[in-house]
Amino acid sequence: MCTYSTEKIDVDRSSGKGADGWFPLRTATVYYDHPVHAPDDHTVNIDFLAPDRGPGARVAVELSLDTAKALLEALQVTVERAAHH
Amino acid sequence: MVGQRKVNGRKRTSANVTIREEPVGYDAVIAETIGIQGANGDEIEAYSARPLDGAARGGVVVIHHMPGYDRESKETIRRFAAEGYNAVGPNLYTREAPGAAPDDAAATARANGGVPDDRLVGDVAGAAAWLRRLPNSNGKVGTIGYCSGGRQAFLTALELDIQGAVDCYGAFVTGTPPEGFPLKVGPLGDRVGELRAPVLGMFGNDDKHPSPADVDELEKLLQEAGKEYEFHRYDDTGHSFFSVDRPAYRPTSAVDGWEKILAFFGAKLGGEA
Repeated sequence: MCTYSTEKIDVDRSSGKGADGWFPLRTATVYYDHPVHAPDDHTVNIDFLAPDRGPGARVAVELSLDTAKALLEALQVTVERAAHH
Repeated sequence: MVGQRKVNGRKRTSANVTIREEPVGYDAVIAETIGIQGANGDEIEAYSARPLDGAARGGVVVIHHMPGYDRESKETIRRFAAEGYNAVGPNLYTREAPGAAPDDAAATARANGGVPDDRLVGDVAGAAAWLRRLPNSNGKVGTIGYCSGGRQAFLTALELDIQGAVDCYGAFVTGTPPEGFPLKVGPLGDRVGELRAPVLGMFGNDDKHPSPADVDELEKLLQEAGKEYEFHRYDDTGHSFFSVDRPAYRPTSAVDGWEKILAFFGAKLGGEA
């Protein structure tokens, strides 16, 4: 399938490291669609972007569905812990 | 295949051995990046491959999939040239990501909401006009698109003067995009009556977008409107089955699909001007 399904968020006070080093992030898109590199038909893909710096300012991951679920849990736990700090 | 090929028989001589080569057709092809005029008169990047033998030929506009104007899309363009067509594929992401790597360009286009339909139509119209201006053009042009390009190929059959369109598993020709959907893609089913060219559709029965029910709905609309179409639907096959570099590749379906595509274009794009 070609889901087109895409979530987009604003990204503030965050940075990513790309081919040219660190840069401030502006947006992220999250979508379940064909990967470029990962060995599954579909993956959960996240692109962290800084459009003001051009298309190459991108930190990209293509995650298997199981990995994405594990990441989701890890984020949940970490964010909850952070609330207590 | 369209057009004539010259036949050259020749001998090649090495130090002590004379090798008689089989007569071969003249099959030289040029493949190159070019600039064409797209929507709003913008110059956009495109990749073209064309036979060099000078015979009159039809043209094919290849509409790349959502992952972009990538190496495999260019390979498909070269395949059409090898099969005897003038072929060109516009880089639909030229404007938002000039010179970018295909995956970065695709990510930028997705973040921007995808390619607007009117811009797509203008870019393909420009590609078709470029093909028709070639000295060996027979004036006939078809379109083919994969994935999101399948829907876009169908759209070009609604909007443009072309002789045939091939929709390879395009989602949302029929069917409804999910709620909250941020990309600029809407269904085209209510416009089937406006079709200006025959359509060849290639679908996998395990695909979910488009689902077999979506394909049934489209077929019904085409029948009701009395439009010329030909659908091929493959079992044990999902989305993107022509993609040789992806796990979704299904060689049996893809080989048969290529035969159907070449037969369709042979019938619709062949002949002299």
